[in-house]
Amino acid sequence: MTAATSGNGSAGETNFAGDRQVNEALAREMGLSAEEWARTLETLGRLPTYTELGVVSVMWSEHCSYKSSRKHLARLPTEGPQVVQGPGENAGAVDLGDGWCAVFKMESHNHPSYIEPFQGAATGVGGILRDVFTMGARPVASLNSLRFGRPDHPKTPELLRGVVAGIAHYGNCIGVPMVGGELQFDPSYDGNILVNAFTVGLSRQDGLFFGKATGVGNSVLYVGARTGRDGIHGATMASAEFSDDVEQQLPTVQVGDPFMEKLLLEGCLEIFASDCLEGVQDMGAAGLTSSSVEMADRGGTGIRLNMDAIPRRTRALTPYEMLLSESQERMLMVAKPGREQEVLDICEKWQLDACVIGEVTDTGRFECVATPGLDPFSGSETNHKATQQTVVDLPIALLTSAAPKYDRPHTLASTTRAPRPAPADAAAPESYLLDLLASPNVGSRAWVWHQYDHIVRDGTVLGPEQSDAAVIRLFCGEGPDAPRKYIAISADCDGRKVALHPRQGAAMAVAECTRNVVCSGAKPLGLTDCLNFGNPENPWVMGQFKEAIEGLAEACLALDAPVVSGNVSLYNDTNGAPILPTPTVAVVGQLEDVSHRLTLGFQSTGDSIALLGGGARTLEGSEWWAQHGDAEKNADAHKENGTWVDLGFDLELETRLQNLVLQAARTQLLRSAHDVSTGGMAVCLAECCEAGGLGAEVTLPGQSDALTRWYGEDPSRVVVSTDATKRAALESLAKEHNVPLTWIGTVGGDALSLDGTAAVSLGDIARARASALTSIVGV
Amino acid sequence: MRVAVIQFPGSNADFDALHALTSVMGAQAHYVFYREPDLGPVDAVVIPGGFSFGDYLRAGALARFSPVIGAVEKFARAGGPVLGICNGFQVLTEMGLLPGALAKNAHQRFECRSVFTRVEGTGILDRTLARGDVLRLPVAHADGRYMCDEATRSVLEGEGRVALRYCTEDGADATSYPDNPNGSMGAIAGIYNEQRNVLGMMPHPERACETLLGNDQGRRVLEALLGYRKGSA
Repeated sequence: MTAATSGNGSAGETNFAGDRQVNEALAREMGLSAEEWARTLETLGRLPTYTELGVVSVMWSEHCSYKSSRKHLARLPTEGPQVVQGPGENAGAVDLGDGWCAVFKMESHNHPSYIEPFQGAATGVGGILRDVFTMGARPVASLNSLRFGRPDHPKTPELLRGVVAGIAHYGNCIGVPMVGGELQFDPSYDGNILVNAFTVGLSRQDGLFFGKATGVGNSVLYVGARTGRDGIHGATMASAEFSDDVEQQLPTVQVGDPFMEKLLLEGCLEIFASDCLEGVQDMGAAGLTSSSVEMADRGGTGIRLNMDAIPRRTRALTPYEMLLSESQERMLMVAKPGREQEVLDICEKWQLDACVIGEVTDTGRFECVATPGLDPFSGSETNHKATQQTVVDLPIALLTSAAPKYDRPHTLASTTRAPRPAPADAAAPESYLLDLLASPNVGSRAWVWHQYDHIVRDGTVLGPEQSDAAVIRLFCGEGPDAPRKYIAISADCDGRKVALHPRQGAAMAVAECTRNVVCSGAKPLGLTDCLNFGNPENPWVMGQFKEAIEGLAEACLALDAPVVSGNVSLYNDTNGAPILPTPTVAVVGQLEDVSHRLTLGFQSTGDSIALLGGGARTLEGSEWWAQHGDAEKNADAHKENGTWVDLGFDLELETRLQNLVLQAARTQLLRSAHDVSTGGMAVCLAECCEAGGLGAEVTLPGQSDALTRWYGEDPSRVVVSTDATKRAALESLAKEHNVPLTWIGTVGGDALSLDGTAAVSLGDIARARASALTSIVGV
Repeated sequence: MRVAVIQFPGSNADFDALHALTSVMGAQAHYVFYREPDLGPVDAVVIPGGFSFGDYLRAGALARFSPVIGAVEKFARAGGPVLGICNGFQVLTEMGLLPGALAKNAHQRFECRSVFTRVEGTGILDRTLARGDVLRLPVAHADGRYMCDEATRSVLEGEGRVALRYCTEDGADATSYPDNPNGSMGAIAGIYNEQRNVLGMMPHPERACETLLGNDQGRRVLEALLGYRKGSA
């Protein structure tokens, strides 16, 4: 640390091996626009050093600065009595009662996962785990939300195998159960897959830690893996479109070591418990740079780093490389005065590299000093004689509050039309059921979740495909008598609906997610989002983004699920073609009592089946439409004509429906509950049958044609089953909540019969569902 | 009954074992860190699942050089009951307390789901289970394919030291995937040492002790361990 005070003042020209001539061309190469380069020069009043230019470009990247999205994100509701920590920290937190809170966040790792699926997805899991345990919480469960291109695209099998294996590799090793998620295939993701990872942890509310560098003179410590050259400019890469030379970006992908992360997790939790830290932050995107700058920014301080002290794993690293490396499993900590040794001792116990690399200052600046030519691996003494130089001396504000913010031009649709009617020449409804069940967008995800340890830590009460949301038991304290709490978690988004109508589609994503949580018996508490969109410089994409935010905001308010954390991933385009707008959301809810939990499978022969909510009115945007209705052509048509499609989403009905289901769960009126989503009513019933090992006879009344009734995917519908003696009570509860209830059939037998037609056997249902993914990846 | 749950860097089912033994089974259990040279006064040892030392080199290969290993070996040689679950089984084979090795699953993927196993042989499990009993238990591993040379296998089979074998729901031989989840030789899921006081098994009984979690059949395995008395097998 003492060395850090001996720099030679303000940065200027420096001479480190590999440093390049600083000029506008280099700035453009690093991702800055001409205006941003001019702004840098104007603010500094001098040329930046090579290292400074790297720092500015990465902090001003879309990924770190949210420069295109920040204006719109301010529209999201972030407050509520249950919110313990809202957006702005490493993760958000909601109140679970008795001084405990659930800490959670979702984050994207899209670009790296396309370049290198295994490591890209693995480090995505590692990053989100660190965001949660940095807050002082022990991670208790994870989810993931994945998007791939069309199933028969030549790259899809390897990408799917690689991503799932990477998630499994990291999550299984660290021992946090991966309990669910979602998976969708669409041609728009052919050249730009999505990997969104979610983790929730448990903490005492008074045990939360924040990313603040406070206390002038306090030591800044580096803990965890050594720094290498992996991931340099990863954040910049994630802020640009892909073109055909994507493989050349391989060096920007980080490489993960889940064993190191496990040691880091246990070491950090022990350090937190010893109360010797002022603040802590993980080194995620833009590594040492963003963690230092953000901690100083939140603390209203400055930070000075001695680059000579950074632990390294490779030869001849320059300050530029060390500041921009995204090597994984590293933490930055600020110790309380005189408590550094305790941190170092705990790190020794867990075999973690740790050392003091700098101090908190009162300058409001980010300063880094380094000795030219110093390489701890060189074994040469001579280079130690060189004088330290200041390689970075930048105002913190330049990198944070004064970073560029854009109000990008956006285009909204000029017209909104009604959905198209179902084709008149379609075959009988039941003839489509098995094909739909075998669709990769609909069928069983067991091939995926069998590769995830979803039961480690003895907390998985309801895991994958058992209920609409996963239900997790939390041990609140140590020892056999520790009180237990129960949470439910789900992640959702249907980009097809968002493309048809960004505002309604995004609201529907929130509604589906809270509905899933309610269908497991829990009350939603809060939400995290991962907003995956195309290039924000494309006005049509920006219009989708703006409208989707409005939809999220409306639904989060109505359904009482404030946004407590989140992430934006833009530039998800390949050669100018954007992905479906995909604002993925994940919701955490809490069960009042574990006996309120609900599963989706039918439970008992003779039970009555009811539909809560209205009937389906349209097929457009459905899986049936994607398979038979030329969905691709329609999507293009919307874009050309500037038209959106009114999906008829009724947020008030949705709210009443969710209140009804939650009340019915709490008063134990239901034997099962399952929301109607991808594939529509027929698919929903088939899933209830397979999960329960029981058939059903169902007749679906309604004004729409039979195809729409069975395969339309209109929201705000839940299929429940109940024992015949509770029918009257359920009817009166539905009436009380002003939600339509229709008795549609009876549980029993070993086949599903739709409208009295030839039944589809449970065996055929199971075989069709089981083939959905194995048709892509093999057995 | 005092149980030591050994904790290596990278153990991750250590909590599962401690929870099941204490909260569910009512035993006294505590962690023993890998750097400890002694176990202290204990009546049984559990080596839990996980990825000790990241499974680097080979699953279990580095754990065997830990200071605590000498104490575990001594405890086992003196006849004390030792249960190695999943990574614990891998550690026991690397230590040489059990013969053979656990190779990568035949399909090369991690696999986590419920399987059926049939109780066989003579050893720790005799206290609560009979030959032919079928247990539904979860597996969660990437390296669970039991292998050994033919001579060892005929000794294991001949001496009744195969403790658990993967099977179908009705107890018939598992002849292929998915009944045999990893391609183990002879569908072997667990084995005893010669003295019958050391049991290594790939399935996780400690994750199947509560109806709330959907399965309590693993209780009988832990009950057998807790009820074991030296020389009783």
